[in-house]
Amino acid sequence: MSEKVIMKGNEALAEAAIRAGCKCFFGYPITPQTEVAAYMAKRMPKVGGVYLQAESEIAAINMIYGAAASGARCMTSSSSPGISLKAEGISYICGADLPAVIVNMTRGGPGLGGIQPAQSDYYQATRGLGHGDARLLVFAPASIQEMCDLMTTAFDLADKYRMPAMILGDGAIGQMMEPVILPEPATRTIDKPWAATGTELKRAHNIVNSLYLQPDQLEDNVRARFERYVQIEATEPRCEEYLADDADILITAYGISSRIVKSAIKKARAEGIKAGLLRPITLWPFPKAVLKKHAAHAKAFLDVELNMGQMIDDVRMAIEYARPVEFAGRTGGIIITPDEILAKLREMEAK
Amino acid sequence: MSVVFDRPHALADVSTHYCPGCFHGIIHRLVAECIDELGIEGKTIGIAPVGCSVLAYNYFNCDMIQAAHGRAPAVATGVKRANPDKVVFTYQGDGDLAAIGTAETVHAATRGENITVIFVNNAIYGMTGGQMAPTTLPGQITQTTPFGRDVKEAGNPIRVCELLSSLDGPALLQRVTCDTVPHIRDARKAILKGFQNQLEGKGFSLIEVVSTCPTNWGLSPVKAIEWLRQNMLPYYPLGVYKEVK
Ligand SMILES: Cc1ncc(C[n+]2csc(CCOP(=O)(O)OP(=O)(O)O)c2C)c(N)n1
Ligand code: SF4
Repeated sequence: MSEKVIMKGNEALAEAAIRAGCKCFFGYPITPQTEVAAYMAKRMPKVGGVYLQAESEIAAINMIYGAAASGARCMTSSSSPGISLKAEGISYICGADLPAVIVNMTRGGPGLGGIQPAQSDYYQATRGLGHGDARLLVFAPASIQEMCDLMTTAFDLADKYRMPAMILGDGAIGQMMEPVILPEPATRTIDKPWAATGTELKRAHNIVNSLYLQPDQLEDNVRARFERYVQIEATEPRCEEYLADDADILITAYGISSRIVKSAIKKARAEGIKAGLLRPITLWPFPKAVLKKHAAHAKAFLDVELNMGQMIDDVRMAIEYARPVEFAGRTGGIIITPDEILAKLREMEAK
Repeated sequence: MSVVFDRPHALADVSTHYCPGCFHGIIHRLVAECIDELGIEGKTIGIAPVGCSVLAYNYFNCDMIQAAHGRAPAVATGVKRANPDKVVFTYQGDGDLAAIGTAETVHAATRGENITVIFVNNAIYGMTGGQMAPTTLPGQITQTTPFGRDVKEAGNPIRVCELLSSLDGPALLQRVTCDTVPHIRDARKAILKGFQNQLEGKGFSLIEVVSTCPTNWGLSPVKAIEWLRQNMLPYYPLGVYKEVK
């Protein structure tokens, strides 16, 4: 049995990745996730893994592309501006059907933005990072424990579906300290017969590639990938339901903001406002079915995010515009308070 | 029937898309011969660039990875770090290696990344139809320098071997060409050394091959070789720019 330890989010994340079997880490420093790299630099050499500081996020994601193409479990980590630079590489990773884990400890944007926690990269993460018809699995942990548990899931599903997976955290989860039970080290090995590891003159050469010059071949290739996406949308969505079954007002929130929402809900319930929470844990695949189910009884939805309202689009689509969806959020690195959410709930209740 | 030449085992038995008189075909053959000679095909992983040689992944029999434009050295770094016992090479054009991928090139070199880089300098963007490359010569006419490269406007060409030679990381920086049989022999020796260095763990080896692009230079294969001798070789002198013994 693993014991409970108190760790900083970014360090726990790095340790969880190593325990999930991550063999290579490539990154470039950026606040607020630098501790991931610092931890990897210390630990990787001790566990026979690879740590390398790349010359840029572009180089880092392409090192990931190479490591993944040659069969290694690998991860890179960054924050918003760095993730933008990785977009090209992520598109290639999607196009070449490679498994890899990408962490975004989101900070405020656009541009250089700020260094405080934000959730303003929801669109970027869920609308297919990089060009082309492609998706990545996106996990939004709300605690350090969940982030560590999702790390194993992210690596496993990335391998299973041969696609990138993102852990979409934020500066708050990365920086805070919490007790956590670290996952047991992974023991299974995954067969990757497609990987470029050398033919040993025993098989035809493997080619890892995203180029298809014939349109019909490219279409076939994209369609095959979308068949997997359909399967993922049917089987992999995850969502926490908190006081949702009898709720009149359902709040949708993910990651750090969902924790503030929970405090607001407790206060609201004490005042007789029947509020509940639906917390998507996977942002793609989005837990549409759960939201739709609750739209049958909820009178209204309130979407809470640390941005100007991005997931709200998915909420509206998931409930097929059947209920009004209002928004409460702060951006720029400001964390919304329970009282701000409560005020919004009161206003909605009065309608 | 007489056998004109034996195809190296590491070279796939398919016809390539390269234009007549293009050096890409010769360079592929030299790389494959060196892989054969060292008996490393089974543990070699090649990285194909974006450029005319993008389909190199079809032409070599070893495992191949296609990289984003300019990123081959970073991709090779990932492969090599994950698999230090494997042999990893990149094959890149001048736009790939010395424009969009300059940072990846310089940093792989300065890290002394234990890989072999085959750099094909044809002074032009072949694949996209003949635009100015970072190695396009002063005065050279291309699609995007229609009046000849004016260095005051478009800047000066980059001499990659010279540029990298100030770094401590590289084990071998050598410029060769393929215009004559002796030069082809020298090129082969340099490429072989580039792979041997990797096997001996010496670090980054880059072999620059000054090459032709008859199609986008608008010259016949014969005239292209003449142009290379008269214009390219004076600007890009052949030789060893760094060698760690
Ligand atoms: C990010 C990106 N930018 C631009 C291109 C278009 N492009 C394809 S090949 C190429 C230039 C290739 O020239 P070079 O590297 O010199 O190789 P050559 O074709 O001459 O062998 C360019 C600009 C691309 N594929 N990707
Ligand atoms: S366009 Fe130029 S570089 Fe490309 S294959 Fe033809 S001759 Fe060679």
